[in-house]
Formats: sequence, C-alpha cells, structure tokens
Amino acid sequence: MKLIVAIVRSEKLNEVLEALFKAEVRGLSISRVQGHGGETERVETYRGITVKMELSEKVRLEIGVSDHFVEPTVRAILASARTGEVGDGKIFVMPVEKVYRIRTGEEDTAAVTPVS
Amino acid sequence: MKNLRVPIFLVAMLTGLALAEDPEFSAADTAWMLVATGLVLLMTPALAFFYGGLVRSKNALNTMMMSFSVLGFVAVAWALLGYTLALSGDGNFIGDLRYLFLNNVGVENKGAIVAITIPHMLWMIFQGTFAIITAALVSGAVVERMRFPAFLLFITLWSLLVYAPIAKWVWGGGFLADLGAWDFAGGTVVHINAGIAAVVAALVLGARKDFGRQAILPHNVPFVLLGAALLWFGWFGFNAGSAWAASATAGLALTNTILAPAATIVVWSLIDLMRTGRVTAVGLATAVVVGLVVITPAAAFVSPSFALVMGAIGAFPSYYVLLWRARSGMDDSLDVFASHGIGGITGAILTGVFAQKSVNGLFDGLIAGNPAQVLIQAFAVLIAVVYSGGMTFALLKLVGAITPLKAPIKEEGVGMDITQHGEEAYTSGEGAILVNTESAMPAAKPKPVGGTD
Repeated sequence: MKLIVAIVRSEKLNEVLEALFKAEVRGLSISRVQGHGGETERVETYRGITVKMELSEKVRLEIGVSDHFVEPTVRAILASARTGEVGDGKIFVMPVEKVYRIRTGEEDTAAVTPVS
Repeated sequence: MKNLRVPIFLVAMLTGLALAEDPEFSAADTAWMLVATGLVLLMTPALAFFYGGLVRSKNALNTMMMSFSVLGFVAVAWALLGYTLALSGDGNFIGDLRYLFLNNVGVENKGAIVAITIPHMLWMIFQGTFAIITAALVSGAVVERMRFPAFLLFITLWSLLVYAPIAKWVWGGGFLADLGAWDFAGGTVVHINAGIAAVVAALVLGARKDFGRQAILPHNVPFVLLGAALLWFGWFGFNAGSAWAASATAGLALTNTILAPAATIVVWSLIDLMRTGRVTAVGLATAVVVGLVVITPAAAFVSPSFALVMGAIGAFPSYYVLLWRARSGMDDSLDVFASHGIGGITGAILTGVFAQKSVNGLFDGLIAGNPAQVLIQAFAVLIAVVYSGGMTFALLKLVGAITPLKAPIKEEGVGMDITQHGEEAYTSGEGAILVNTESAMPAAKPKPVGGTD
C-alpha cells in the first residue's frame, strides 16, 4: 500500500477529481493549504500598501491506494493538474505500514479497496 | 463630518431660494424626493452584494466592483451628457444639448416636465440614479470573465447610447410616450432594457470556461439575501419616488411595491415546494427581485389587489425561463434576462391588463374594457427589445475592436479578483511581504498568470 500526497493548483482541483474518478480512484481527502514552490510571487495592493504574496493557495490531496493503483493514480493527477507553468505542484508517493478501515476493522489492501 | 454638513446646508439654502421664487414649488415633494434619490442610489451597492454573493469567492470583488464603478463612471457620464440626451427638448427620439455639462440645470423648475414641483437639479440627479442602477444590472451577465477596462468602456458608452435614448422615448416626451405606452417607474427603460442587453452581452462574450462543465455555486448566500433586502428598500424610492411628489400616488406605489413581491415570494415558494419539495434561499431572493421588477411599470397604475395578482402571475415566466436558461448554452451568469428581461416584459404587458382609470386617473387596461392598451404596451416592449439588443451588440463589437472583452482562460481560472484588481476578497495575509519601493506597480507588466499563482 502507498499513500499518495499531491499538492495541486486550487483552480485545477475539479479537473483532478474528474480524472481520478475516471481512473476509478474512489477514496481521498483534500485540504486547503498555503505554500510556496518557487513560483513568482503575485503582487497585490491594499490602500496604497503594496505586498508580495509569498504563499499561494493550493489543494492537498491524500489518497491511500493498493500497489497496483499507484501508477494510474499518479498518471491521472499528472495529466489533469499540469498547466506547464511553475507552481503546478508535486506528487509524493510514500510507503504505508498499516491501514485499517474503521467501520469493519479490515486491514491493509482490503481496507483501501473501494466497497463495490 | 464637516464635509457632510456643507452640502446639506447648501441644499437647504437653495431649496429655500427656489421656494421663494416659484409658487408651485413644494417643500413636501422636495423632501420626499431627496430621500427617494438616496434610496435609489442605495440599490446599486445593494446589487453589488446580491451579485457578489452569487459568484465564486475568487470573483467576488470583481463582481462587486462592476456595480461600484458604475456609481462613478455612469454618474459622471449622466451629468455631462446623458441627462441632456435623455430628458430635454421636444424631439421624439433624442434630446438636444441644452443641458450639456449641466448647463441651465438650476434649482428652479424648468426641466422637461413642466408640472414638476421639485428643483430641476434634484430631478436631474434622481433620474441619474436610474441610469446608474440600470447599467449595473447588465453586469450580471458578464461576471467572472469580462476584462475590467473593457467593461468600464462598454458600460459608460451603453449608458449614453442605449439607456439615454430609451429614457427619452418613454419619459422625455418621446414617441413611445406619445403612442400611449405607460411605464410608471421604468419597467421598459430599466428592466427590459437591461435584461435584453444582458442576453446580447452574454452571447457576444461567450460562456465562462467552467460553464456547463462544473458546478458553479454562489459563495455567500447571506450576501444574496442582504442584497435583496437592500434592493427592496431602495425600490421604495424607485417606485414611490417615480410619483415625483409626496402624494397619494406615491402611497399607492409604495403599497404595491410591498404587496407584489410578497405575492411573488408566496407563489415562487409554492412552485419550489411542488417541484423539489424544498424552498430555497437563493430562489426566494430571486423572487423578491422578480416581484419588484414586475410591479415597477404598474406601481401606481393598478390597485393593491391587482398588484398582488401581478406579483403572483409574474413568478411563473421568470421561474421557468430561469430553469431553461441554466440548461441552455447561454451563460447569462446571474440570470439578468430571466429576472429583469422576462419580469419586465411580464410587468409591461400586465400593466396594460390590470390598469384602471379609477385608480390612476390616466388610462384603462384590458380589465377595464380597453384591450388595445395591451397591444400598445407590447409594441413599446418590442421597440425596446429591438433597439437595446441591436445597439448593445454594436457597442460590444466596437469596444471589442478597441480592447479584448474577455479575460484569457488562465486568468479566469486564477480568478478575476487577483488578475483584474490585484486584491482578494478573503485573504488571511499570511505570507504577505511588505514592498517598500514606490516604483511602478510590478503587477502592471503582463506576465504569465499561471506562474504567479
């Protein structure tokens, strides 16, 4: 099992979700995060005060998958989240020691396999 | 506070002078019209909240700015040129230039309407608030995608070339008034006009990139309700103020302005209940606006019981056009057409049905045995639709030839607040670093937007 953590542009989230559902990835969590990944800062002005916004709004997806689902998941995110500009985000694939499904107590691969 | 006292003092002094000079001048009428003018002006910021709540958070400021900037651009255009085009002279189609740059607009009674009992200047600015709200209404069709500079240019020209002539035809003694078409507070001039311009603008501009592909949801429904509440409040000035006097007519108009939307709320809610089993808040806010639009042309022409009937009937066409529009390819984003265009047409026609001479002292409608009035009303609607549609189309093409109308897809994705204004509606300020240099705005130089996010 792996845990895939992806950080993507907020405005690309809908396309990413669409691509993931098409790839039959069903279980995921998202959170709104702020971060910086080398992109140029945007400049904003409030009442004559000019500020550089160093942190950008991003969306972080966390997806626990069984091994043979890693490849399709990563490919779906790569294809749907890319604009080609700096700031498109990252995908991290991490090993997972143990997974439990709380409702049934199922473990590991059974726990990350979607209920049919 | 000092700044505020000076104009109030001046107005008091000037009205006093006019009273001394003109026996027909009425202090009571002037007092009411001072209030009514403020009420109608409030409708435009109210609309900013109504529209601002309906869009996504990344476009909230841009949407509200469209209404707020109209408060400046259209007001200035009205004072310099629009007023004289709309409400001067004996011409049938367009005014002359006698009031250009507010020349000859004094505090004494000498506007286009002889019978009026308030200072000419006050009447000019009261009418100006109508031009402002009408222009702001159109913005609902182009939100979340139109470049801001293009919008400013378009809407300023629109107020001069579309609004002013139609106002002349209906209120300035033009040919629609001569024909016998009645429009109490601006159903044709304001609502049909804005509704049709909205359709044309939505079609010329094209849809938002996410339209029909993703759910686009309102980001703040309480804002929508707040906007509807303030619009209703401002509408008392709009309708009852259109009596141009503190009169029984104004009392009737105000009563109808409460009763008609009330009936629309009831019917709209019942349709909602029967269709989906739930009454929605955005639906109710829309119903308030539709009811107000429907009663606007008839405000002081029909009895309160027929105002209830008009409000009730008015719910149906707008409700179903709204449903149809959402499934069509036309991205009139905030349903200006369904609310104001369809509501305005319904109201204009029903004015010809339910008007009674016993109520308004002027003319009868179908119900009082004058079916011809319905045809006259329909003809006026047709003229407004054709002119507003054609002229709006030509104007957008003209502005589009000068500067691009639509923001690039990437900018639309990032959001119009950041790309058009360099501000965000809801920012935590985390990670914001103060820039001390007074150098030219770095945001002004175009750079790839994707890279700035």
